[in-house]
Amino acid sequence: MATEILMPALSPTMEEGTLAKWLVKEGDTVSSGDILAEIETDKATMEFEAVDEGVMGKILIEEGTEGVKVNTAIAVLLDEGEDASAIPAAAAAPAAEAAAEAPAPAAVAAPAAAAAPVASVNLEPDYPEGTAMKTQTVREALRDGMAEEMRRDEEVYLMGEEVAEYQGAYKISQGMLDEFGSKRVIDTPITEHGFAGIAVGAAFGGLKPIVEFMTFNFAMQAIDQIINSAAKTLYMSGGQMGAPMVFRGPNGAAARVGAQHSQDYAAWYAQIPGLKVVMPYSAADYKGLMKTAIRDPNPVIFLENEILYGRSGEVPDLEDFTIPFGKARVWREGSDVTIVSFGIGMQYALEAADKLAEDGISAEVIDLRTLRPIDYDTVLASVMKTNRCVTVEEGFPVCSIGNHISSQIMMKAFDYLDAPVINCAGKDVPMPYAANLEKHALVTTDEVVAAVKEVTYR
Amino acid sequence: MAARKSTAKSAAKPNVSAEELLGYYRDMLLIRRFEEKAGQLYGMGLIGGFCHLYIGQEAVVVGLEAATKEGDKRITSYRDHGHMLACGMDPNGVMAELTGREGGYSKGKGGSMHMFSKEKHFYGGHGIVAAQVPLGAGLAFSDKYKGNDNVTFTYFGDGAANQGQVYETFNMAAIWELPVIFVIENNQYAMGTSQARSTSTPDIYTRGEAFGIPGETVDGMDVLAVKAASEKAVAHCRAGKGPYILEVKTYRYRGHSMSDPAKYRTREEVQKMREERDAIENVRQLLLTGKHATEDDLKAIDKEIKTVVNASAEFAKESPEPALEELWTDIYA
Repeated sequence: MATEILMPALSPTMEEGTLAKWLVKEGDTVSSGDILAEIETDKATMEFEAVDEGVMGKILIEEGTEGVKVNTAIAVLLDEGEDASAIPAAAAAPAAEAAAEAPAPAAVAAPAAAAAPVASVNLEPDYPEGTAMKTQTVREALRDGMAEEMRRDEEVYLMGEEVAEYQGAYKISQGMLDEFGSKRVIDTPITEHGFAGIAVGAAFGGLKPIVEFMTFNFAMQAIDQIINSAAKTLYMSGGQMGAPMVFRGPNGAAARVGAQHSQDYAAWYAQIPGLKVVMPYSAADYKGLMKTAIRDPNPVIFLENEILYGRSGEVPDLEDFTIPFGKARVWREGSDVTIVSFGIGMQYALEAADKLAEDGISAEVIDLRTLRPIDYDTVLASVMKTNRCVTVEEGFPVCSIGNHISSQIMMKAFDYLDAPVINCAGKDVPMPYAANLEKHALVTTDEVVAAVKEVTYR
Repeated sequence: MAARKSTAKSAAKPNVSAEELLGYYRDMLLIRRFEEKAGQLYGMGLIGGFCHLYIGQEAVVVGLEAATKEGDKRITSYRDHGHMLACGMDPNGVMAELTGREGGYSKGKGGSMHMFSKEKHFYGGHGIVAAQVPLGAGLAFSDKYKGNDNVTFTYFGDGAANQGQVYETFNMAAIWELPVIFVIENNQYAMGTSQARSTSTPDIYTRGEAFGIPGETVDGMDVLAVKAASEKAVAHCRAGKGPYILEVKTYRYRGHSMSDPAKYRTREEVQKMREERDAIENVRQLLLTGKHATEDDLKAIDKEIKTVVNASAEFAKESPEPALEELWTDIYA
C-alpha cells in the first residue's frame, strides 16, 4: 500500500520549511533510517530520514521549494512490487498546489502571525519620515544589528553555545563566523556559569562581550555572575569599573517545550539596579535596540522570543539605526483604554485592540520595549487620557511587570483612574506540556479583551 | 605537562638580592600590621560587617607579586586586604574602605569584601566564593584578545576549589590557552571545614591534570619558594602556553572572619604554625643570619610600618562618611 511521506516538523516552532534537497529519486529502494531529504527549518538544515521501507514512488514536492507547510505530503512510498499506478490520484494534486502557492518567506511560527499588524502609530518616530524600509525577519534584524556593531568596534565579540560553527542554535549568528573569524565569534562549552563569568571578566578587562544564552532558562545557571558580578561591580567599585556587555537569547515560552524551557524572566532582571533590560517586539526594534544595547556601557539583558524570530517586519534601511532605551512606542492611539505590554505580549495586546475596535472600544496600545529603564511618562500620559489600563505579559503573575506598572499608576495617576488596573499575565503554574494546557497557561487575546471590557464596564 | 611537586627550596638556592628580601619583609610586615590594626578597629566598631584577615598568609601574595610586571592583573576573594597592599594600593584608601568612608577605594560603597583599583589592575575583592575564578579567566581572555603578554593572577581558596565554576573555568582556560595563573591559597580550612573533610584530593592542584593544566604545590610559608614558583608560572603564561596552577599551602592564624571563634582546630595547632613556620619570622632570620640587615635595621622598618598603619587608621577614622548623594551614583555608567 502506498504511504505518503509528510513534511516533518523539525523544531518546536517550525510550521513550514524549505525542501532543500532530495537525496533519493523516484524508483530508489528505501530502507528505514535512510536519509531521504534535506530540509531547512527556521533554525537549521536537517536531514530527514525514512521511517518505512519501500520504493520511492513519486516525489510530490520538488527540491528547492520554500514554505512547505508541516504535514504536507512531499512524496509517496510504494511497497516492494507495487507500481506507480497505486499512487492515489488525490495525493499528487494538493501537493502540487502546495508547491505552487509556496509563499515567499512569510511570517511563520506563531498562530497569530498572519494577524500581527504591521502598521504602527508612533507619536515620536524612531527614524525620519520617508526613510526607506526593508522587510526583514527579527532573526535577520538581530544579526544585522550585531554584525554592524562588530564592524564598528573591534572590542565587541560574540560568545555562546553553538554561535560559531553551527551558525547559532536559532540561526541568529548565521554567517558571523565567516565574517569575523573565530577570534570574535566563539563557541563555548555547555557551561553557562563559567562562560558568563569569563565574559564579565573580559568586560572588566575592557572588551564588550555579547553573550548568547541558548535560552534564558539556562541563564539561571549563570545568574550569580549576571547579578552579583556584572550588575553590581560598578557600584561596589565606586565607579572605577563595570561590565559593558550584552546578555541575549530567547526568553519566555516557545511552543511545547515544557516547564524548564518556557519561563519569562522579564520581571526577574527588571528588578536589578545596575542592569538594563530590553524586550522588543518588532523587527525594527530588535535591530535598533540591539545596536543601542551593544553601545551601552552597562550590562544589558536582551530578552528575545523564539516565536518572533521568524516574524517579518519593516526595518528602516539606514546606515546606523538605533533606538534609545526608555522610550516606549505607541503602536495605536486610542481613547477608551490603555493597553501596556512588551515583547510577545504585544501580539495579544494588538489582536485585542483590533477585536475591541469592532465593538467600538478604542484602545491605545503601548509597547514598553525596555523594562529598565521604563518609560513611565508615556504610560501615565496615556492613562490620564483614557482613565483605564490593562497590562499584558506572558510571565508569571506574582510580582510581575504589570504589578509594578499598576503601582506606579496608582501612585501617580490615582485620581485619573475610572477602574482598577487589570494585569493579564501567564498563569501561576509551571508551563505544562500538553498543547491544550499550554494554551491556557499563556495569556490569551480573549483574556485581554475581557479585561478591557471589565475596566470599561461594557 | 604533568603536574608535579615543587622541589624548589629557597634556602638552598637563593633567587633574590638582599634588597629584594628586605622589600618582601617590609611588604609582609605591612600586611600583618595592617590586618592587626583592622582587627582592632573592628573590635572598636569602626569596621562593620564581615572582615576576613590575611594574617599568616602574607608570603603568598608577596611572593607571587614579586614576579609581576606592569599590566598584569589580579583578582581574589573577600580575603583581599593583603592582595591590595601587595600590589601597591594605598593603605589609607583600603582602611578607609573598611570603615566605609568617602576616602575608601570604593567611596565606602564596597567594604572589606568589594574593593577595586583600576590603576593597580586589582579587579576585586569578590564576595561570592569562586565567582572570581571565571572572572579572572575573563580578564586573561581580554589580554589574549588584545594580543599583549599580560598575565592574570586568579586567587581562590581551598574551599572555593570545590565549586563547579572553577572546573568550568579550568576547561575553558585550557582550550583557549588563557594566560591565567590559578593560585589556590590552601589555608586548610574552608571557614570551619578542614580540607580533609571537604576535599577528595589531598593536593588540589592535581585536579588540573584532568584538564591538561600543569601545576605544582608551593610552600606558602616561604616567600622565596613562592616567588620562584610565581616566576615559573608567569614565564609559562607569558610564553603563550596557557594556564598554570599553583597550590600554595598556607595557614591563617585568625578565624575565618572576625566573628569566627575557630573551635574547629586547637590552639596548639595554630601556635605551632606561628612558632615554627611563620613566614615573616623566616625572612627575618634569613636577613639576620645572612647579615643583610641588623636588628636595628629591622626595628627601623617595624617603626616605619607602624607609622604607615597608624596613619591609615587615622585617615580611615577621619575621612567623612560618603555624602548621601553617593547612594545614587555609580549604578549606571
